Order: sequence, then C-alpha cells, then structure tokens
Amino acid sequence: MLSAIKNNAGWAKYLDSLKFAFYCMTHPLDGFWDLTHEKRGTYAAANTILIATLIVRLMKLRFTSFIFITVYWEEINVFLYLASILLPLSLWVLGNWGLTTLFDGKGRLGQVYMATCYGLLPYPVIQLPLMLLSNVVTVDEGGFYSVLSAISLVYAGLLILAAMGQIHEYSGRKNVLFAVATLFAMLVMVFIILIFFSMITQGVSYIVSLVREMLFRL
Amino acid sequence: MAKIRSFIPRIATMAGAALLAVMIPMTSHASTHEHGYTYNYDFWEDVQDSPDFYSPSKVFTSVDLGLETPLFNPQGLTVVGDLMYITDSGNNRIIELEINDVESLTVTRIIDEVKGAEPATFSNPTDVAISDDGNIFVADQGNNRVIKFDNDLNYLMTFDKPTDSALDAQLTFQPKKLVVDTAERVYCIATGINKGLCKYEPDGVFSGFVGATPASYDFLDYVWKKFASQEQRAQMEAFVPTEYDNIVMDYEGFIYAVTSAASEEDLDSGTADAVRKINLLGDDILVRNGNYPVYGDLYWGSGAGHSGPSLFSDVCVFDNDIYVCLDRNRGRLFGYDDQGRLVFAFGGNGNMDGYFRNPIGIAASGHNMFVLDSLDCAITAFKPTEFGSLVYKAIEEFDEGNYDLSGETWEQVMSMNGNYDLAYIGIGRSLLRQERYHEAMEYFELKYDDENYSKAFKQYRKEWVEDNIVVIIIVILALFLIPMGIGRYKKIKHDVDTADIF
Repeated sequence: MLSAIKNNAGWAKYLDSLKFAFYCMTHPLDGFWDLTHEKRGTYAAANTILIATLIVRLMKLRFTSFIFITVYWEEINVFLYLASILLPLSLWVLGNWGLTTLFDGKGRLGQVYMATCYGLLPYPVIQLPLMLLSNVVTVDEGGFYSVLSAISLVYAGLLILAAMGQIHEYSGRKNVLFAVATLFAMLVMVFIILIFFSMITQGVSYIVSLVREMLFRL
Repeated sequence: MAKIRSFIPRIATMAGAALLAVMIPMTSHASTHEHGYTYNYDFWEDVQDSPDFYSPSKVFTSVDLGLETPLFNPQGLTVVGDLMYITDSGNNRIIELEINDVESLTVTRIIDEVKGAEPATFSNPTDVAISDDGNIFVADQGNNRVIKFDNDLNYLMTFDKPTDSALDAQLTFQPKKLVVDTAERVYCIATGINKGLCKYEPDGVFSGFVGATPASYDFLDYVWKKFASQEQRAQMEAFVPTEYDNIVMDYEGFIYAVTSAASEEDLDSGTADAVRKINLLGDDILVRNGNYPVYGDLYWGSGAGHSGPSLFSDVCVFDNDIYVCLDRNRGRLFGYDDQGRLVFAFGGNGNMDGYFRNPIGIAASGHNMFVLDSLDCAITAFKPTEFGSLVYKAIEEFDEGNYDLSGETWEQVMSMNGNYDLAYIGIGRSLLRQERYHEAMEYFELKYDDENYSKAFKQYRKEWVEDNIVVIIIVILALFLIPMGIGRYKKIKHDVDTADIF
C-alpha cells in the first residue's frame, strides 16, 4: 500500500514540487523561473503551502507564549482570522493577473496563484519553530522573537515580488511598478466590494420595506 | 506585547465582514455594562465588578459636627495624626477636629484669628498644613499670603509672592494649596503660576520653583503656529505647563501632585500625567507599571451629564504606598499601588451616602479616608471593608517580607473576588519569593503579567537546565555522534564493498 503510493508518479511529482518550494526560497530568481517555465511547480504543492500557512497562523494564536501574543478569545472568529490571509491573497492574485495580463505579463491566473503560494513558504517555515521558541524565552529575550517574526514577513514579501517578476518575465523596475499598481488595484477592488454589498443591502431592505408596506395595507 | 483584539487590518475586516456576512450569522453583543459601586479594570480594560473595598461609615454634616455657623464652600481637608483641619473658606475660618474614631469627630477649636498678624483674620483661606513642630501654615488666598503661626495662634511669619523676575509683576499672589516638610520648608501651589510649586526655605525666603509639568505640544500645533499671524497666535493655546490642582506629602517626604488641567489628547498620548510624584529635585518618580495609565477612568464617554477624563481634585497617600485620587468629575475614588496598578475604584455622583456632588478634598487616617464635599458641605468617612482590609493586609505582609503569609492572604482575597487581577499576581509574587517558580508562572500567565512571568520562568528554566544537564549533553552529543557514526559506517561499508581483494 505504502510502496504503491511511493511509486505513484503523481505522488513523486507532488513531493518533488514541494521540495522545489525550498529551492525557490533559497534561489528565488532561478527557482521561480523554473517554477512555470520548466513546470516544476504543482497546484497541489501550492495548496499545501497555503494550508500550512493558514494552520500555522491559527496555531500561533494558541501556542505562542502570552508574552508575545495575548488573545481575547471571546472576540476571535476563526473564519475572519483566516480571511486576514485569504482575502488579501485572493485580491493580490486577481489584481496582479488583471493588471499584468494587459501589460505583456506572461503569467496566467493559475501561475500567479501558484507562485504567490510558493512565496508564502517562509511564513510557516520560520513561524512554526518561532512559535515553539517563544515558549522558552523571557521578555528580555523577546527581541529575537520580534526580529525573526518580522524577517519571515519581509522574506515572504520579497519572495512574492521576485516570483511575480520571473513568471511575468518583467524587468526589476517594471516588476516593482506593477507590484505597487497591484496594491492600488486591491484597494479599488475592496472599494467596489464594499459599494456592491452596501447597494445590495439597501436594495434588499427597500424591497422588504415595500412588501411590508403592501402587506400592511392589504 | 501584541494584544490581539482588533487583529485584522481595517480594510480586510470591512471587506471580510461584507463577504462573510452572507455566510456566517454575525453576532454582535453591545456591552452596555452597568457596573456597581466598586469596580476594577482587568488586563483587557474590561470593567470587572468588585466587592466593596471601602464603605461609607458616616457622613458628617455641620449639624453632626455641632457647628453654630454651618460650613460654607469648604476647600481644604487635612489630617495630621488624630487632628483634622477643615478649611471653611466661605466663613474665613479653620475648624480643628479630633478624630476619636472613624464614626466620631469632635470640634476642638475654631481658628479665625491669628494674634499679632496684620490683618489678623483670614480672607478666603484655602488650605492648611501642620509641621512636625506643631506650627500651622495657612494658604490665605484673599490676603495674598501664606501665614505661619504656632499652635497657640501666635503669628510667626508670612510667605509672600515669589521674588522671581520671570513672574508677571501685575500678578497677585493667590496661594491655593500647600504642604510643609519636616524642616518646615513650604511648597505651595498658587493660582496663575504654572512654573511648578513655589518653594520657600524655613526662614521665609523664596528659593525657586520645583516640579513643573513638562510643557506639551504636538508637532502639528507647532507647524500651525509658525504660519499663524500675530493675532491668531495670541488666540491659540500657549505651550505652557499645566497648573497643579492639589498636592500632598507622603510619609517619606515625596510630594504627590494632581492636575485636572491636562487635555484629553495629552492624557491619551501619554504626554501629560494626571498624577506625579515629585522628589526633592522636582523630578517625577511615580512608578507606572500598570496595564493602563494612572488617570482614573479608562472610558470617558458621556454619562449622566459627565464626560471627559477623570479630573483629580485631591490625592491622599497611605503608609503602605497606596495613593487614592479623588475625581471631582464623576465623584469617584481611585486607589493605586506603588507600581501604579489600580487597586480599587468606586463612588459616583449623587446624594446618597458614599456619593458626591463636588468632592474637593481627601485625607487618609490610618486605613480610613475622609472626603470633603464642598457643595454638600459634608465629610464622608470611609472604612475599609473586610475585602479591603484583606488586600491591605496582603500588600503590607508582602512589603514586610512575610511572603508565605502574604500568599495566604491573597488566597483569601481571591476567594472573595475571583476577578481581581492583583490577587493572582500577589499569589504569584509570593510563590516567586518562595522559589516555587513553576506554580508562580501559572498565576502570572492567568493574568498576563509578562514581566513577573519572565522572572519566574528564567529561574525555572535555570533549574530545569541544571537538573537535566546530563540528558542535554547526551542529546547534543548524540546529535553529533550518530550522523558521524553513520557516515563512518557507510564509508567503511563502501570501502569493503569496493575493495579489490575479492
């Protein structure tokens, strides 16, 4: 049974692409080029990294020492908390693809998603040991925690930036320009989503009040 | 420490809420919590009801005190030993009372004249201070002087307007509140002087200002002022230190000063302090290790016609370093310990016993407190309840070094009020002193006291490493030796396999 899985070609490809994520982490330019151009990455691995990121983010709440994170459990909504990663991520992927596809970007929507997820790898890789470490340090040694924690975020950010440049075959300057433009695109999308939902709410409440009024007069 | 409460960036929250509103039924609970007489704030700054810490044991009105002329707009309250002095400003007199018991005061004499002084009577006196030698100092505001006389009411000395060139020559000297130290140096607050406390040497010579609040301004105001015209600038608020409202000297000679003139923004941003503890050099040495600043109520919303921050009109200090600030805005009393953590808060505006209309003065007598209300013209005597006495006992036992006893007392406190953070931390500190580090850690973690937790954890970690040093060394050696051994084995195996001897 186990050997059957091991010998399965799909499984081998999955493991290889997952291992490749670590190569991307240490050799971003070369790695992210090969990710799409040499088809070294898989969606399965990208999903795995994303799920690992989400799980680590949730676990941090519970298992990080209270010295660094104190949680008011009464107001925690797990879905909203996960949305704090998923929502910006999906906005980024959509916004980036939507913009770059108009300006010679070679990456497709799925590839943007895959590369972004691969770029998230430093988060689980650094935060998970950090979470364990936080339980054996004191306030005075807390500097290590904050610095490493910040490094994991900056590292992931730089990786995503590098990944975008490679999959779209952009020059450095154009890449940074489109990264900034994507951030604006995200804001625009948030704005539109908010308007959309407030319009829907108003529309629904209009119809509800109309029907109420009619029922009242009948 | 990052408090995860509103943890998601605002944009994500709004959009996320909009998206998820469709899928998840959102529950919103408005916490309109109506709290009781006594309360405290927990780590999350939530209001936690508490058993009463003090209870009003008696309210003394002019009738209760047997005064022929009733009190009129009294401004000052001073307690020294068994004697209490009420400055009855509206009647230009000082009333000396003897405290027999918290529920019994007797008027011993009424001071309205000083033999040999010119003028001999007071005009709107606002405060009294008594030196160790028994001499009496009165802030005689209407006569623009601080007057010193002995216990038999013989005139001794007058302290006049400070001789300081920086002061406006037109300014009339209106001393408001004063304290006297053991060497009979006088520190006084005067209306219109914001350079700090006027300090006079025992011989009556003005020797300088001490303890001015740092002038606060924000950068935007500064830039704005640069562009403003002369007239506009004159209209703007000047960047000047705020005046103090009241001062009191503790048993060690440090001066606690309160101000109600600090703006909301300055209090909020921490650039101004409502309470300061001033040492001889005029520096602020108040310890502020609490979870929130020493400024009374945390929530300044409008309620019952009162809004804005707590406005401290007076402060008193107990011998266990707990100081109580009197808020004339909402008629509340806030007790803080030597670390700046809120020990209790209670009171309110109203006409019932234990509520106030315009509380103006507070004085400590033992563990009891007396609060003077200038509108009610009454003195409310407060006595610690069983709960309050236990807390004091626990704190004092700890200060004396009886850590085991203190821990046990804190346990009793906790059994009376399970929401009292200080009890948990008190037990933890007692365990820490008893070198029971692991137990101490649990108590600190429950109430998020990271500093003390780290102290305990550091010791616990040290002990753990010492106990397990053999295991740790074995593990570290194994981590090195096993891969080395495997490598060596593989190499030998390889050599054997590829040997030419066969």
